[in-house]
Amino acid sequence: MIPLSWYLILAAAMFCVGLYGVLARRNAIAILLGIELMLNAVNINVVAFWRYLNPENIAGQAFALIVFAVAAAEVAVGLALIIALYRRRNTIVAEEIDLLKW
Amino acid sequence: MTVMQILFLLIGLVTLAASVMVVSTRNMVRAALYLIVTLFGVAVLYVLLNAGFFAVVQVVIYIGAISILFIFAVMLTRDVTGLQAAAFNRTWLLAAFLALVLFGGLFLALQGWSGFETVPPAFTDDTPTIRDLGLALVSPDGYVIPFEVASVLLVAAMIGAIYVAWGRK
Repeated sequence: MIPLSWYLILAAAMFCVGLYGVLARRNAIAILLGIELMLNAVNINVVAFWRYLNPENIAGQAFALIVFAVAAAEVAVGLALIIALYRRRNTIVAEEIDLLKW
Repeated sequence: MTVMQILFLLIGLVTLAASVMVVSTRNMVRAALYLIVTLFGVAVLYVLLNAGFFAVVQVVIYIGAISILFIFAVMLTRDVTGLQAAAFNRTWLLAAFLALVLFGGLFLALQGWSGFETVPPAFTDDTPTIRDLGLALVSPDGYVIPFEVASVLLVAAMIGAIYVAWGRK
Protein backbone atom coordinates (compact mmCIF):
# COMPACT_ATOMS: atom_id res chain seq x y z
CA MET A 1 0.00 0.00 0.00
CA ILE A 2 1.14 3.54 -0.77
CA PRO A 3 1.59 5.63 2.38
CA LEU A 4 -0.15 9.00 2.56
CA SER A 5 3.23 10.73 2.80
CA TRP A 6 4.07 9.95 -0.83
CA TYR A 7 1.02 11.79 -2.08
CA LEU A 8 1.66 14.72 0.24
CA ILE A 9 5.30 15.06 -0.83
CA LEU A 10 4.41 14.82 -4.52
CA ALA A 11 1.69 17.45 -4.10
CA ALA A 12 4.06 19.73 -2.15
CA ALA A 13 6.70 19.41 -4.88
CA MET A 14 4.14 20.15 -7.61
CA PHE A 15 2.86 23.17 -5.68
CA CYS A 16 6.39 24.54 -5.33
CA VAL A 17 7.11 24.03 -9.04
CA GLY A 18 3.89 25.94 -9.80
CA LEU A 19 4.89 28.69 -7.38
CA TYR A 20 8.24 29.02 -9.13
CA GLY A 21 6.43 29.30 -12.46
CA VAL A 22 4.14 32.03 -11.13
CA LEU A 23 7.00 34.04 -9.64
CA ALA A 24 9.64 33.62 -12.34
CA ARG A 25 7.92 33.59 -15.74
CA ARG A 26 7.41 36.76 -17.78
CA ASN A 27 4.67 35.50 -20.08
CA ALA A 28 1.24 36.00 -18.48
CA ILE A 29 -0.06 32.73 -19.93
CA ALA A 30 2.88 30.90 -18.34
CA ILE A 31 1.89 32.45 -15.00
CA LEU A 32 -1.62 31.02 -15.44
CA LEU A 33 -0.07 27.61 -16.23
CA GLY A 34 1.78 27.82 -12.90
CA ILE A 35 -1.50 28.59 -11.12
CA GLU A 36 -3.03 25.51 -12.74
CA LEU A 37 -0.19 23.37 -11.40
CA MET A 38 -0.76 24.76 -7.90
CA LEU A 39 -4.52 24.09 -8.05
CA ASN A 40 -3.88 20.51 -9.19
CA ALA A 41 -1.45 19.93 -6.33
CA VAL A 42 -4.07 21.15 -3.86
CA ASN A 43 -6.65 18.85 -5.40
CA ILE A 44 -4.34 15.82 -5.06
CA ASN A 45 -4.02 16.69 -1.38
CA VAL A 46 -7.78 17.03 -0.89
CA VAL A 47 -8.58 13.71 -2.56
CA ALA A 48 -5.69 11.93 -0.76
CA PHE A 49 -6.87 13.19 2.63
CA TRP A 50 -10.40 12.05 1.82
CA ARG A 51 -9.19 8.57 0.89
CA TYR A 52 -6.75 8.06 3.74
CA LEU A 53 -8.31 9.78 6.72
CA ASN A 54 -12.07 9.75 6.34
CA PRO A 55 -13.50 7.93 3.30
CA GLU A 56 -16.98 7.74 4.89
CA ASN A 57 -17.28 11.53 4.77
CA ILE A 58 -18.35 12.85 1.36
CA ALA A 59 -17.04 16.36 2.21
CA GLY A 60 -13.61 15.62 0.74
CA GLN A 61 -15.06 14.82 -2.68
CA ALA A 62 -17.49 17.76 -2.62
CA PHE A 63 -14.58 20.07 -1.74
CA ALA A 64 -12.50 18.76 -4.66
CA LEU A 65 -15.40 19.32 -7.07
CA ILE A 66 -15.74 22.96 -5.96
CA VAL A 67 -12.00 23.41 -6.55
CA PHE A 68 -12.52 22.13 -10.12
CA ALA A 69 -15.30 24.67 -10.74
CA VAL A 70 -13.24 27.55 -9.33
CA ALA A 71 -10.24 26.53 -11.46
CA ALA A 72 -12.36 26.53 -14.62
CA ALA A 73 -13.79 29.98 -13.82
CA GLU A 74 -10.33 31.35 -13.02
CA VAL A 75 -8.86 30.15 -16.31
CA ALA A 76 -11.75 31.53 -18.38
CA VAL A 77 -11.50 35.01 -16.87
CA GLY A 78 -7.69 35.01 -16.82
CA LEU A 79 -7.33 34.10 -20.48
CA ALA A 80 -10.03 36.59 -21.49
CA LEU A 81 -8.09 39.32 -19.66
CA ILE A 82 -4.86 38.29 -21.39
CA ILE A 83 -6.49 38.32 -24.84
CA ALA A 84 -8.11 41.72 -24.20
CA LEU A 85 -4.75 43.03 -23.03
CA TYR A 86 -2.98 41.69 -26.11
CA ARG A 87 -5.53 43.44 -28.34
CA ARG A 88 -5.05 46.81 -26.70
CA ARG A 89 -1.40 46.92 -25.75
CA ASN A 90 0.11 44.20 -27.94
CA THR A 91 1.98 42.63 -25.04
CA ILE A 92 1.43 39.84 -22.54
CA VAL A 93 4.73 40.28 -20.72
CA ALA A 94 3.82 40.68 -17.07
CA GLU A 95 6.30 43.46 -16.26
CA GLU A 96 5.17 45.64 -19.16
CA ILE A 97 1.60 45.64 -17.87
CA ASP A 98 2.18 48.46 -15.39
CA LEU A 99 -0.71 50.87 -15.97
CA LEU A 100 -1.87 50.52 -12.36
CA LYS A 101 1.63 50.62 -10.94
CA TRP A 102 2.42 53.60 -8.77
CA MET B 1 7.90 -2.76 -2.80
CA THR B 2 4.56 -3.62 -4.28
CA VAL B 3 3.39 -3.11 -7.85
CA MET B 4 1.23 -0.18 -6.73
CA GLN B 5 4.21 1.59 -5.20
CA ILE B 6 6.32 1.17 -8.33
CA LEU B 7 3.40 2.43 -10.40
CA PHE B 8 3.02 5.44 -8.11
CA LEU B 9 6.72 6.26 -8.33
CA LEU B 10 6.67 6.06 -12.13
CA ILE B 11 3.56 8.23 -12.44
CA GLY B 12 4.84 10.67 -9.86
CA LEU B 13 8.15 11.01 -11.65
CA VAL B 14 6.50 11.63 -15.03
CA THR B 15 4.08 14.15 -13.48
CA LEU B 16 6.82 16.07 -11.68
CA ALA B 17 9.17 16.06 -14.67
CA ALA B 18 6.39 17.34 -16.94
CA SER B 19 5.45 20.06 -14.44
CA VAL B 20 9.09 21.17 -14.28
CA MET B 21 9.09 21.34 -18.08
CA VAL B 22 5.88 23.45 -17.97
CA VAL B 23 7.64 26.17 -16.00
CA SER B 24 11.03 25.92 -17.71
CA THR B 25 10.43 25.57 -21.46
CA ARG B 26 10.58 28.74 -23.54
CA ASN B 27 8.11 27.59 -26.17
CA MET B 28 4.59 28.29 -24.85
CA VAL B 29 2.90 25.66 -27.05
CA ARG B 30 5.25 23.05 -25.61
CA ALA B 31 4.50 24.31 -22.10
CA ALA B 32 0.78 23.81 -22.73
CA LEU B 33 1.43 20.29 -24.09
CA TYR B 34 3.56 19.42 -21.05
CA LEU B 35 0.69 20.68 -18.90
CA ILE B 36 -1.51 18.04 -20.56
CA VAL B 37 1.04 15.35 -19.57
CA THR B 38 0.98 16.63 -15.99
CA LEU B 39 -2.82 16.61 -15.91
CA PHE B 40 -2.89 13.03 -17.22
CA GLY B 41 -0.49 12.03 -14.43
CA VAL B 42 -2.79 13.62 -11.86
CA ALA B 43 -5.75 11.75 -13.38
CA VAL B 44 -3.86 8.46 -12.92
CA LEU B 45 -3.15 9.45 -9.31
CA TYR B 46 -6.90 9.88 -8.79
CA VAL B 47 -7.39 6.34 -10.09
CA LEU B 48 -4.78 5.09 -7.60
CA LEU B 49 -6.75 6.92 -4.88
CA ASN B 50 -9.96 5.05 -5.82
CA ALA B 51 -11.52 8.30 -7.02
CA GLY B 52 -12.47 7.20 -10.54
CA PHE B 53 -15.04 9.97 -10.93
CA PHE B 54 -12.37 12.59 -10.40
CA ALA B 55 -10.10 10.91 -12.93
CA VAL B 56 -12.86 11.23 -15.54
CA VAL B 57 -13.63 14.83 -14.52
CA GLN B 58 -9.91 15.63 -14.71
CA VAL B 59 -9.67 14.28 -18.26
CA VAL B 60 -12.90 15.91 -19.46
CA ILE B 61 -12.57 19.34 -17.82
CA TYR B 62 -8.82 19.90 -17.47
CA ILE B 63 -7.49 18.10 -20.52
CA GLY B 64 -10.56 18.47 -22.72
CA ALA B 65 -11.44 22.08 -21.97
CA ILE B 66 -8.86 24.03 -19.99
CA SER B 67 -5.73 22.95 -21.87
CA ILE B 68 -7.47 23.55 -25.22
CA LEU B 69 -8.31 27.05 -23.95
CA PHE B 70 -4.64 27.54 -23.07
CA ILE B 71 -3.50 26.41 -26.51
CA PHE B 72 -5.96 28.82 -28.16
CA ALA B 73 -4.75 31.68 -25.98
CA VAL B 74 -1.14 30.88 -26.88
CA MET B 75 -2.01 30.89 -30.58
CA LEU B 76 -3.94 34.18 -30.32
CA THR B 77 -1.05 35.94 -28.59
CA ARG B 78 1.81 34.47 -30.55
CA ASP B 79 5.28 35.91 -31.07
CA VAL B 80 5.19 38.40 -28.23
CA THR B 81 7.61 36.56 -26.04
CA GLY B 82 9.45 35.01 -28.94
CA LEU B 83 12.11 32.40 -28.48
CA GLN B 84 14.76 35.13 -28.34
CA ALA B 85 13.17 37.11 -25.52
CA ALA B 86 13.97 36.13 -21.94
CA ALA B 87 11.47 33.64 -20.55
CA PHE B 88 12.26 34.48 -16.92
CA ASN B 89 12.31 37.79 -15.11
CA ARG B 90 15.28 39.18 -13.20
CA THR B 91 14.24 37.71 -9.86
CA TRP B 92 13.96 34.11 -11.02
CA LEU B 93 16.77 32.98 -8.71
CA LEU B 94 14.97 34.43 -5.72
CA ALA B 95 11.78 32.70 -6.92
CA ALA B 96 13.57 29.35 -7.16
CA PHE B 97 15.02 29.86 -3.70
CA LEU B 98 11.57 30.71 -2.29
CA ALA B 99 10.01 27.62 -3.89
CA LEU B 100 12.77 25.40 -2.46
CA VAL B 101 12.40 26.93 1.00
CA LEU B 102 8.63 26.41 0.85
CA PHE B 103 9.10 22.76 -0.14
CA GLY B 104 11.60 22.21 2.68
CA GLY B 105 9.27 23.89 5.17
CA LEU B 106 6.27 21.83 4.04
CA PHE B 107 8.35 18.64 4.21
CA LEU B 108 9.57 19.36 7.73
CA ALA B 109 6.12 20.38 8.93
CA LEU B 110 4.54 17.24 7.48
CA GLN B 111 7.24 14.97 8.93
CA GLY B 112 6.35 16.05 12.43
CA TRP B 113 2.71 15.12 11.88
CA SER B 114 1.56 11.79 13.30
CA GLY B 115 -0.65 10.84 10.34
CA PHE B 116 2.20 11.12 7.86
CA GLU B 117 2.62 7.37 7.27
CA THR B 118 -1.07 6.43 7.33
CA VAL B 119 -2.14 3.63 5.01
CA PRO B 120 -5.60 3.82 3.46
CA PRO B 121 -8.46 2.16 5.34
CA ALA B 122 -10.31 -0.57 3.47
CA PHE B 123 -13.59 0.38 1.84
CA THR B 124 -16.71 -0.59 3.78
CA ASP B 125 -20.40 -0.48 2.94
CA ASP B 126 -20.47 3.08 4.30
CA THR B 127 -17.98 4.31 1.73
CA PRO B 128 -19.80 6.84 -0.47
CA THR B 129 -20.32 6.06 -4.13
CA ILE B 130 -20.82 8.50 -7.00
CA ARG B 131 -24.56 8.29 -6.30
CA ASP B 132 -23.97 9.50 -2.75
CA LEU B 133 -21.81 12.35 -4.04
CA GLY B 134 -24.54 13.44 -6.48
CA LEU B 135 -27.22 13.28 -3.80
CA ALA B 136 -25.05 15.18 -1.32
CA LEU B 137 -24.46 17.96 -3.86
CA VAL B 138 -28.19 18.67 -4.27
CA SER B 139 -29.56 17.84 -0.83
CA PRO B 140 -30.30 20.70 1.58
CA ASP B 141 -28.53 18.76 4.36
CA GLY B 142 -25.48 18.40 2.19
CA TYR B 143 -23.67 20.79 -0.09
CA VAL B 144 -26.43 22.45 -2.10
CA ILE B 145 -25.32 25.99 -1.18
CA PRO B 146 -21.66 25.55 -2.23
CA PHE B 147 -22.94 23.79 -5.35
CA GLU B 148 -25.25 26.67 -6.28
CA VAL B 149 -22.60 29.26 -5.47
CA ALA B 150 -20.22 27.39 -7.79
CA SER B 151 -22.82 27.48 -10.58
CA VAL B 152 -23.38 31.21 -10.10
CA LEU B 153 -19.61 31.70 -10.11
CA LEU B 154 -19.31 29.79 -13.39
CA VAL B 155 -22.07 31.85 -15.03
CA ALA B 156 -20.52 35.09 -13.77
CA ALA B 157 -17.09 33.99 -15.03
CA MET B 158 -18.56 33.10 -18.42
CA ILE B 159 -20.35 36.44 -18.82
CA GLY B 160 -17.30 38.30 -17.54
CA ALA B 161 -14.96 36.46 -19.92
CA ILE B 162 -17.19 37.22 -22.91
CA TYR B 163 -17.50 40.88 -21.90
CA VAL B 164 -13.77 41.36 -21.30
CA ALA B 165 -12.63 39.59 -24.47
CA TRP B 166 -15.27 41.20 -26.70
CA GLY B 167 -13.60 43.17 -29.48
CA ARG B 168 -14.71 46.81 -29.31
CA LYS B 169 -13.87 49.40 -31.90
